[in-house]
Amino acid sequence: MGKDSTRQTGTDLDAKATSYGGDAIVRFERVQKSYDGVLLVVKDLDLEVQRGEFLTLLGPSGSGKTTVLMMLAGFETATHGGIFLKGEPINNVPPHKRGIGMVFQNYALFPHMTVFENLAFPLEVRRLAKGEIQEKVRRALEMVRLGGFENRRPGQLSGGQQQRVAVARALVFEPDLVLMDEPLGALDKNLREEMQYEIKHIHENLGVSMVYVTHDQSEALTMSNRIAVFNDGRIQQLAAPDDLYERPENAFVAQFIGENNRLSGRVSHLDGTSCAVDLDDGGGRVQALAVKVAGDRARTTLSLRPERVAINPEEGAFPNVFEARVQELIYLGDHIRTRVSLCGKDDFIIKVPNAQGHAMLREGEQVRVGWALEDCRALDA
Amino acid sequence: MISLPPHAGPLERIWHYVFLLICVLVFGFLIAPLLVILPLSFNAEPYFTFTEGMLSLDPEAYSLRWYEALFDTNPNRENKWLEAIPNSLWIAACSTLLATALGTLAALGLSRSEMPFRNLIMGLLISPMIVPLIITAAGIFFFYARLNEYAELTGSFIGIVLAHTVLGTPFVVITVTATLIGFDQSLVRAGLMCGATPTRVFFKVVLPLILPGVISGALFAFVTSFDEIVVVLFVGSVEYQTIPRQMWAGIREEISPIILAVATLLICVSTLLMIAVEVLRRYNERQRGVTPG
Ligand SMILES: Nc1ncnc2c1ncn2[C@@H]1O[C@H](COP(=O)(O)OP(=O)(O)OP(=O)(O)O)[C@@H](O)[C@H]1O
Ligand SMILES: [Mg+2]
Repeated sequence: MGKDSTRQTGTDLDAKATSYGGDAIVRFERVQKSYDGVLLVVKDLDLEVQRGEFLTLLGPSGSGKTTVLMMLAGFETATHGGIFLKGEPINNVPPHKRGIGMVFQNYALFPHMTVFENLAFPLEVRRLAKGEIQEKVRRALEMVRLGGFENRRPGQLSGGQQQRVAVARALVFEPDLVLMDEPLGALDKNLREEMQYEIKHIHENLGVSMVYVTHDQSEALTMSNRIAVFNDGRIQQLAAPDDLYERPENAFVAQFIGENNRLSGRVSHLDGTSCAVDLDDGGGRVQALAVKVAGDRARTTLSLRPERVAINPEEGAFPNVFEARVQELIYLGDHIRTRVSLCGKDDFIIKVPNAQGHAMLREGEQVRVGWALEDCRALDA
Repeated sequence: MISLPPHAGPLERIWHYVFLLICVLVFGFLIAPLLVILPLSFNAEPYFTFTEGMLSLDPEAYSLRWYEALFDTNPNRENKWLEAIPNSLWIAACSTLLATALGTLAALGLSRSEMPFRNLIMGLLISPMIVPLIITAAGIFFFYARLNEYAELTGSFIGIVLAHTVLGTPFVVITVTATLIGFDQSLVRAGLMCGATPTRVFFKVVLPLILPGVISGALFAFVTSFDEIVVVLFVGSVEYQTIPRQMWAGIREEISPIILAVATLLICVSTLLMIAVEVLRRYNERQRGVTPG
């Protein structure tokens, strides 16, 4: 399964490459990493980060995202394979010579230095003239809207302000590449969303390449040009946010990104890009898009987004129409989350938009539900 | 001051005051011998006890004669103190410098998780603090005796400095290790990602933040060397005197209250050192932004 998906993401990558100028700033080539010499934490990683791109590594805890970032920063060495920065192998280049900016989860601001001194540090290291340092620090602080905070110490700033200083410090020496490992993890929800937009805008304005690690999918969808979904040390899918959500290539991605109804069954008829699937326990036959099925008679998982299911559709509008019973209605403002029992499953979720004239449902009611063939993706079991 | 909670019962109240009394007694036990020395050093008579005049606060009974004798520079009278004081200061300064540098480096290495045999090495480095001093001293004596063919360490400045370095290093290792426990290692990474060399990161980021630990370790090392006598008795020589050795001789041979004047001065110097360190620690804490403002 891994081999298959890497090939597919490979073509995807080529297609996207042109839109970022075509040259990769970072390239991982068959990189493996093991901490204990036995267990592979990163398995055969092939990944290219394009110039100016915002690439997010997304995945559950322990999937190896931080490990990949640490190898790129130079704090961990790859057990096998090569890492290239602007075409040069960097396996033997120490972290301080890589010229990469980095934002840490806990900010890692120097507590004994003022905000100004924190930002000036990477510039002093580069032996810039005093006036130039002052000018660059001033501009960097303005960029993160912290003008006038030069003489504060990190301990005198709020969490959000500290994070802004950390972002400014990573950018002040104008690196081509900036790494961020869950930089917003410690902030509350509102501040986190505000910072997401802020970082996204900074990225758009400066055109630097960013590699961003998070396990928050909405954060990834909001900010990224492309997202690499990690699980178990492998990239499960590498695609733009909309592709990832609309066209997940395997059951893990479908499950991990957004909400998802899963129906399992067996392929009964495979016909090019579409297939018919017999649901388990005689739940019925569903017409689906054959995205990743092993062949005729193979087991498969059907993935269906809750918002793509219509209630009481017009006759003949959809190839898939089933009887369902409404089990539970949850009012969520913009939509009504409806749980129905269908095809022997009683945790099938439908999002009914709260638009004018939306179907008024009642618990216990018997309804017909339907969906299009393209919205129902047959993936690996 | 510890205050009683309003719900305290009678037994708790009694215990509270008994506890305070015990604290005062322990404190008095520790501090009284030091306090007694201070007035005695101004005794006009060559005795180690309070005279009638002193007790009745007669100004005639007090004098600075022992301080004058301590700093007597008249070449006609022999004054070994004039040699012992700079000797002790130099030995303490040099061994403190060495112990601080070595101990800090050792603590840095030992605090890294990839360091093998950490506990074993730590135990070895600390052992001079645990092994009875007399054994360490005897060991150093025989070791130096062996080396005498190549270098005259016994009875020399360098010999004593090296021995005192061994004694002072454990204090530095312990205090710096303790400080490093609270040290955020991602600051080192942040420093490296700013483009600074590891050496620069150490001096600009790590050292300023662990300085309180380094300084208190250095202070312990200094005091250890400054009042050390056992090793000096073994590897020192009659020509090479230090303050503790001179005091020892002063009590056994001359019975001169000059040592009371010396002791008073030592107490003052130690107190000043402690105050200096505390001021430094507070300043550093403010710098770190632990207490804003
Ligand atoms: N220094 C280390 N020594 C040994 N194993 C490690 C080390 N660091 C990470 N691991 C292991 O490697 C795997 C991947 O860890 P990693 O930190 O890369 O995950 P992650 O995707 O960043 O997870 P999270 O979202 O929780 O931060 C985990 O199973 C972890 O236990
Ligand atoms: Mg992580």
